[in-house]
Amino acid sequence: MKIFQNALAMGHTLKAAGLALALLAAPHTAMAAAQPAMSDAAKAQSAMEKTEEERADVPGVEAIANEFSAGDESNKSSATTGSYTPMTPTPGVGMPIDKAIGLQTQYSKLGEYGAWIHDIVLMPIITLICVLVLALLVIVAVRYNRRANPVASKTSHNTFIEVVWTLVPVLILIGIAVPSIDLIAKQYKPAPKDALTIKVTGNQWFWTYGYPDNGDFEVVSNMLNIPGAPTVNNGVREVGSQPWDGPSHLEVDNRMVVPVGEPIRLQITAADVIHSFAVPSLWFKLDAVPGRINEKVLMIEKPGVYYGQCSELCGAKHGYMPIAVEALPRDQYNAWVMTHAGALIDGQKAPAAAATPAAETAPAADASEAPAAEATAEAE
Amino acid sequence: MATTADHFQTHAEDHHHEHKPAFFARWFMSTNHKDIGTMYLIFAIFAGIIGGAFSGMMRVELMEPGIQYLDTFAKWFGAVNPDFNSTLHVWNVLITAHGLIMVFFMVMPAIIGGFGNWFVPIMIGAPDMAFPRMNNISFWLTVAGFCSLLCSAFVPGGTGLGAGTGWTVYAPLSTSGSPGPAVDFGIFALHLAGAGSIMGAINFITTIFNMRAPGMTIHKMPLFVWSVLVTAFLLLLSLPVLAAAITMLLTDRNFGTTFFDASGGGDPVLYQHLFWFFGHPEVYIMILPGFGIISQIISTFSRKPVFGYLGMAYAMVAIGVVGFIVWAHHMYATGLSVNTKMYFTAATMVIAVPTGVKIFSWIATMWGGSLEFKSPMVWAIGFIFLFTVGGVTGVVLANGGVDDVMHDTYYVVAHFHYVLSLGAVTALFAGFYYWFPKMSGKMHSELLAHVHFWVFFVGVNMIFFPMHFLGLQGMPRRYPDYAEAYAYWNHFATVGYMVMAASLGIWFLNIIYAYAAGKKAVDNYWGEGATTLEWTLTSPPPFHQFETLPVIEEAAHH
Repeated sequence: MKIFQNALAMGHTLKAAGLALALLAAPHTAMAAAQPAMSDAAKAQSAMEKTEEERADVPGVEAIANEFSAGDESNKSSATTGSYTPMTPTPGVGMPIDKAIGLQTQYSKLGEYGAWIHDIVLMPIITLICVLVLALLVIVAVRYNRRANPVASKTSHNTFIEVVWTLVPVLILIGIAVPSIDLIAKQYKPAPKDALTIKVTGNQWFWTYGYPDNGDFEVVSNMLNIPGAPTVNNGVREVGSQPWDGPSHLEVDNRMVVPVGEPIRLQITAADVIHSFAVPSLWFKLDAVPGRINEKVLMIEKPGVYYGQCSELCGAKHGYMPIAVEALPRDQYNAWVMTHAGALIDGQKAPAAAATPAAETAPAADASEAPAAEATAEAE
Repeated sequence: MATTADHFQTHAEDHHHEHKPAFFARWFMSTNHKDIGTMYLIFAIFAGIIGGAFSGMMRVELMEPGIQYLDTFAKWFGAVNPDFNSTLHVWNVLITAHGLIMVFFMVMPAIIGGFGNWFVPIMIGAPDMAFPRMNNISFWLTVAGFCSLLCSAFVPGGTGLGAGTGWTVYAPLSTSGSPGPAVDFGIFALHLAGAGSIMGAINFITTIFNMRAPGMTIHKMPLFVWSVLVTAFLLLLSLPVLAAAITMLLTDRNFGTTFFDASGGGDPVLYQHLFWFFGHPEVYIMILPGFGIISQIISTFSRKPVFGYLGMAYAMVAIGVVGFIVWAHHMYATGLSVNTKMYFTAATMVIAVPTGVKIFSWIATMWGGSLEFKSPMVWAIGFIFLFTVGGVTGVVLANGGVDDVMHDTYYVVAHFHYVLSLGAVTALFAGFYYWFPKMSGKMHSELLAHVHFWVFFVGVNMIFFPMHFLGLQGMPRRYPDYAEAYAYWNHFATVGYMVMAASLGIWFLNIIYAYAAGKKAVDNYWGEGATTLEWTLTSPPPFHQFETLPVIEEAAHH
């Protein structure tokens, strides 16, 4: 019991520290997020107008930009009505590209950092090492073949060179370790206290997404059936039967919809066997382990649809439980939330209480569950 | 030392050793290290054909998106009108069987059981292994384990016939997720093969410590013997942990315990820790003897002693020791704490240092040498390059933060096939061409061996290099079907498989050629660079060698 309390206390301390850090970083983040959001929201908007006439009530670009800096002041109208049309994914964004040879383009700050470490730090180093070894092998083969060098030397020791080829790799590895350890530290920075929590559960063979801060509704997400292939999920339509459908094998009937530009606390677990929640373009992968809650922050920079797939062998249909994350501006997210029975906006008691700023009530809702969850994370 | 030697000399004389036992006694009750080594090699080739055929079935299914052939394969395994789940289950059976067969029944029997048994006693100047009868039971336990694994493919394993848990057998997929006897058969297979390997490890350690010829000090042993010694310690220390883990799986499955079941107070992640505490040393178990073989070959065909012999020997010891404290880099996505992940990132990268020492020492051995590009040398140089490629991607994967995007994708598949399929297997072929005439007494065709190398080299690179691209693009491993965007490189890899398969045809042809028309092999067919003790014996060596123990003189060879 003592241990548990200690863990709880530590959790609170960590959360406080995380919150402080988040507050410090907040103005910068908001500015950075608002800038790309404008152009992308415009794109997304035009895409939607093509598919659905009724999207005429989408707020203007300025309104979306305001969202990011000013919070949810302007979303009350759409939030109370509740309307949603799935976003049409942009080809090549948030999904694999044919014949590509590199990483998927990243849409989160940590992903950009990770991709930088891979593309700018690691790739040049490992390429150089391979080229160096290959060059040495070619030189040796040319200079020291039996015809060129009939009598072998008897050199079998050279302390200096042995020290060099031990120490130089050590220095290279230290050079790699510095950004690498820094990336890990950043990835583990806890979500701010008032961050939206989404509970992800892996099942054989579909995902469910719970929204405890939005009235605790649950979204069941199945892969869309592939035309001409055996039925994976009875009752779920075929991919391509709606204009907003993404690639086959990756598209689902109900996406995990999240607000863009704000940190989201993902709590990941499984109902039966181990699954893994992975989205390559968001640099996100965390196992869903039955009996455990794994927690990690997800923050998406641009509105869009980002696809991933279960990444831990989980039985027969392991290959048929993809993940589709749809990141929407806050007001559209709220509108999506309100399409669900019993939904609330960010811990508000009822739509009627919309006048109360969401930020005040959110920590209360948070406090009821987050400490327990974080204690679990701590105990690990 | 002297006492041991005397004992074995008298022992040999007692037995009228020139007389070989009759067929059944010789091959089924064998106590001769060379015969047992031969049986291990034949067994490994047989198992490798089956494991390789499974990978062919996988590659042909992956040639196009969609499910094309699994239904047919399901019927091969005896499924009657398989539904979609049992069709897909066949895929999981294939990946599981491919992994287990290639690790436990191909690479390990060939490289430790085969070449280790054949050449460790000869290289240290011993007449046989320390425990010849235990040597025999080691082999037959491995065979029994293989039979148990094959049996598992024909009994129910949950959604279909066979064990579809992956070679890692993660709980709870392997416990509550896989009802039916298939997984029990698979676990039993690992128990049997593991017991065989532990006995083999005890045998090697005892032999190397106690049966070296006079003058063969620890620091004069050939590097292949060093590599088998380190490997034997890794086996001895890691396999019991695997045995414990899979026994807990068995009791969770059959006797109601909950070691790995959260609902009873257990933890599925505990299994992963136990498995990888074995599993990581296991990858060094497969590659270290390959390092040893490559060192012998590079030295022989450069006509130079190995550069930095002590550094090479203790680099292997260092790899072995560090290999025991890096296991959780296989579990970066499982939900480790931040400090754990940082520690395992740093510790894992440390392994690159002794591995680099080995790569550079091989090149330094060739530097200034008089290189002759016989077939084993070409394979060995190919090994150095391919292992370097596999090694550097290991450095990429060591980074816990970067691994987030690569874990359980084809990047990992590419990495471990570069170090194992292109590393350990290339070392096996190098060793095969190096020692085949010594073992059989017949010379193989050098031309065919060179052609085999180049076709194999092109084929395996075509299979596995594009897998880096697929992994970076996010294609998860263990998938029978994939999105259109992954089609191009998957098709490419399947074409590469066909090239690789053709190279194996050339290899079999070469073996047939050697026995049908090969020249008789002389004692030392590689010439003055070959200085270890096997080259002082006839080809093939006498049924019992070293009745009079050789005496190793000062500064003889490494």
